This record gives sequence, structure tokens and C-alpha cells, in this order.
Amino acid sequence: MELISPTEFAKETVKTVEDYSLLAGQSIANLFRHPRYFADTLQQADLIGVGSLPIVVLTGFFTGAVLALNSSTTLQRFGSLSLLGQLVSVGMVRELGPVLTGLMVAGRNSSGMASELGSMVVTEQIDAMRALGTDPAKKLITPRVISTVFMLFFLTIISDLLGMVGGGAVARFLLGINSHQYWSTAWQILTFQDVFMGLVKPLLFGFIISTVGCYYGISARGGTQGVGRATTQAVVASSVFILLVDFFATKLLMAIFGYQ
Amino acid sequence: MAAPPTEIAQRVPSAPETAANVIVFQDVSIAFEDKPVLDGISFRLAKGETKAIFGVAGSGKSTILKMALGLLKPDSGQIYVLDNDVTQMSEDALFELRRRVGIVFQESALFDSLTVRENVAFRLLEEGHVSDDEVEKRVREALSFVELENTIDKFPAELSGGMRRRVAIARAIITQPEILLYDSPTGGLDPVTSTTIIQLIVKQRDVYKTSSLLVTHRLQDAFIMATHYFDRQANEMRPLPPGMRGEVPMAFLILRDGKVIFDGDAHELAQSKDEYIREYIS
Repeated sequence: MELISPTEFAKETVKTVEDYSLLAGQSIANLFRHPRYFADTLQQADLIGVGSLPIVVLTGFFTGAVLALNSSTTLQRFGSLSLLGQLVSVGMVRELGPVLTGLMVAGRNSSGMASELGSMVVTEQIDAMRALGTDPAKKLITPRVISTVFMLFFLTIISDLLGMVGGGAVARFLLGINSHQYWSTAWQILTFQDVFMGLVKPLLFGFIISTVGCYYGISARGGTQGVGRATTQAVVASSVFILLVDFFATKLLMAIFGYQ
Repeated sequence: MAAPPTEIAQRVPSAPETAANVIVFQDVSIAFEDKPVLDGISFRLAKGETKAIFGVAGSGKSTILKMALGLLKPDSGQIYVLDNDVTQMSEDALFELRRRVGIVFQESALFDSLTVRENVAFRLLEEGHVSDDEVEKRVREALSFVELENTIDKFPAELSGGMRRRVAIARAIITQPEILLYDSPTGGLDPVTSTTIIQLIVKQRDVYKTSSLLVTHRLQDAFIMATHYFDRQANEMRPLPPGMRGEVPMAFLILRDGKVIFDGDAHELAQSKDEYIREYIS
């Protein structure tokens, strides 16, 4: 592997941040510019949203189920097994639903965007598009950003619900907890703040997944090997970025809502 | 016999000062990773003329085409395309200008997820104000020009290299641009397919009088273009009659070490005393 000097590394990092910021900013600015590509946006929404549904359903269900299973031993020790519904619903809605859905969609779609756009770059299709008078940022990036943000929001709601269903299934069939008790405590504990926190995050994560995926795709260099590298980098960067933003967003929202 | 095309008066460099130039490079330089590729090159493309650009691999031939379209910005110098200084234009303004210029990329660069119909119609569909019937008609016309009407519903992956190149030409000409840029249109093709492509370029030059820059490694392609014209009645390329050589708007430009070492017509090229050029054309 080629070694680079710390100065070069710092320069490259700053350049990457600058280029990414420009692309992210441009993708938002393009929302207010013509032309708008509704058909492309719908197509991407189908690919990203409907296409990700199976993994999101499975992830949500089994995360809720395993959360219930793991928590049950601790709750049992304190004689508070009846609080299982509360624990699963708060855990899923505030944290696990948005983050795990984000990570799953990042793994599936960030890589997909990077490889698709990367292949277009190395086969000069992006240059051809520019040469034909079409802005690739408007035609390729903005529809992906809108679709991912929009669809991740609804995928997260589905994941949250399925997580609670999974937890409910474990509570009913493995732990013998009354279903009515589980669901009533699960619903009652949820406050507006919990739901708000849980639904702001997918908007941020959707933006991260799409812009990071598109950025690595559009910056791919070096043929098929470069496309492979871009795909890997997109998944790694978007996953890490999601976890970082999750922490800071949680901290900020907790401060706003006055959580101690 | 149909009359051979004559745009000789506009040929550069022997063209009169008043001849309209559609592309002008003035002292243009560009370097990649501190390695100079083009070093202060200047040349002009007159209206209706086709100029073939030669040079060894990595000499900056394709870079010239990309700079002419504003896909790359030079480090210094000016580039005028249809009287617009592309070095000073914003990307949005360049998108407007690019609609007046067509390009055929080295590897065709067709959109692989779109059919031939959608590829060829891409520019019309993006413009948005052309009716479906009109789009269909013009797509069929463009494909008929390259004799590939039967591939309209196929995907690029289902076509041979030569067919893809011809679809790329159809895509470039569908809006009848004022300038066409060809990046190694015959590269990697067999001689028969290469001749078909050259015939299409000659047809575009002589029938539609489109100004063109043609990047190529194959000197024989450019010589065929300089010694043939397109006979509209016979619908085929024919050799110029004896004594009429050099009577088509065809020029040659040779690059070496980032500089232009030759810019003239076939006759001047054949007469050149430069050792490198003599070796190149031999």
C-alpha cells in the first residue's frame, strides 16, 4: 500500500469534506431549481423504499424480540417484568428503530448508489450526461436524496411497529406476559418527545445515506477497482456518520426537551 | 455524379480572416497532477470544417474535446465555442451551450440502463417540450441515418462495439448540433466497421455541413475523409475525382509534447519536411 505524508492526508481529508459539503448543499439547493425529475424520484422511492422493506421488517421484528428477551432476565430480577412493553417501545422508537433501519438501508442503498454512479463515472456516462446538457446533480443526486429521506421516515415507522410486535411475541409466547398488559404499557409510556426524537433521526440518516452514497459514487476513479472501493467506503462512511450524528442528535434533542 | 462538397474558402489556416470560426483555442495549457499535458496550444476550427487531431496516447487529444465542452477547465488560456468563452462560463450557462454541440465518446458512453430509443431521445426528452410523436419520428430519423433502426428497443449491452458507436453518433446528431466532437470513433473497431463510421462522419460533414473535431489514432481514417466526399444520390462515400484532392473542408492538427506541431490540410501535411511528421505519416 502506498504511504502518504500527513500533510497530503490532511489536504485530502479537507478536500473530501469540502467536496462532500458542496454536493450535500447542492442537493438541497436543487430542490428549488428546475427541472425537477418526478419520475426519477418515484423510481428511486420504489427501489429504496419498497426494495428495503423485507430487510427492515426482519430487522425491526427480531431487534424488538431480542430486546425483550435480553431485558426480561434483568426485569425479572427486580420483579418488574410488567415494564417490558415500556422498555421495548421506548428503546425501539427512540433509538433502535431509527439507527438499525438507517444502518440496514445504508448497507443496501448507500452501496447501491455508490456502485451505480461510480460505474456511470468510469464509463463516461456522467460526462455524456453533462455533454448532453443535463445536470447530473439534478437528475441523479437530488431524486435519490428526496427518495431516501422520505422513504426512510416511513421505513423507520414500520421498523418501530414491527419491533414492538416482535417484543410482544416474545412477551406473550416465551415469557407468558398478558398481551393487553404489554401493549397498553408500550403505548402509554410513549410521549410526544420520544416519537419526535425517533422521527427526526431518519430524516437526518436518510440525508446522510444518500449524499454519502452519491458522493463516493460520483468521486469514483480507477475503473472497476475504484467502483468497488467507492462502494465499500460509502457503506463504512455512512454507517459511521449515522452513529456519530445519532449521538449528537440525541444529545441535542434531549437538551431541547429537557431530559436529565 | 453529385457535386463534391466545397467549403474550401473557410478552411484554416489558408482561410480568409473573415471566415467564421466555431471553436478557437488561444494559448491553452492544462496539467494533471503537476504533469503538463497541453502547453500553450492555439488553433481554430472554421465553420463547416472537420479537423482531425493526432498525437500519441496521453498527448491530450481527448482533453481538447472535453475542454471545448467545458467538461474540463484549462489552467490558462481562452477557449471560444460559438463565440462563448467557455473558460469563464458557469456550469448552468455551459449546459445551454452544450445543447448546441454533440459529442461521440471514445467508448460510446451510452446509458446502459436505457434502451437505444431512450438513449437517442435523451436530449429531446430532457428539453421536455417535444411531443412523443415528434420524439419518435426524430429518433427513427437519427437511427435511420446510422442504419440501425432495427435496434430501437435493444439495450446497449445487446449491441456490438461498432453498433454502439453508431448509436452514439445518432444520439449526438438528433438535435442537429452546430458542432460535433468525435473522440476516437473508430478506436478498437475492425476495418469494415471503421469505414462505416467514417462514412457516417463524412456524410454528416458533407450533407449537414457540421463543423467537427475528430480525435483519432488512425491516420488512414483522416486521409479517407480528406480524399472522399459523400454522394447524396448514391447514398455512399466516393473518392474525389482526380485533381480535386484537398477539395473537402478537412484539416489536420498534430500534437507533440503538449504543443501543436502541425495545423494544416492534407496537401500541406504531405509536403511537411518535419522529421517527426514524416515518420508519423509514413
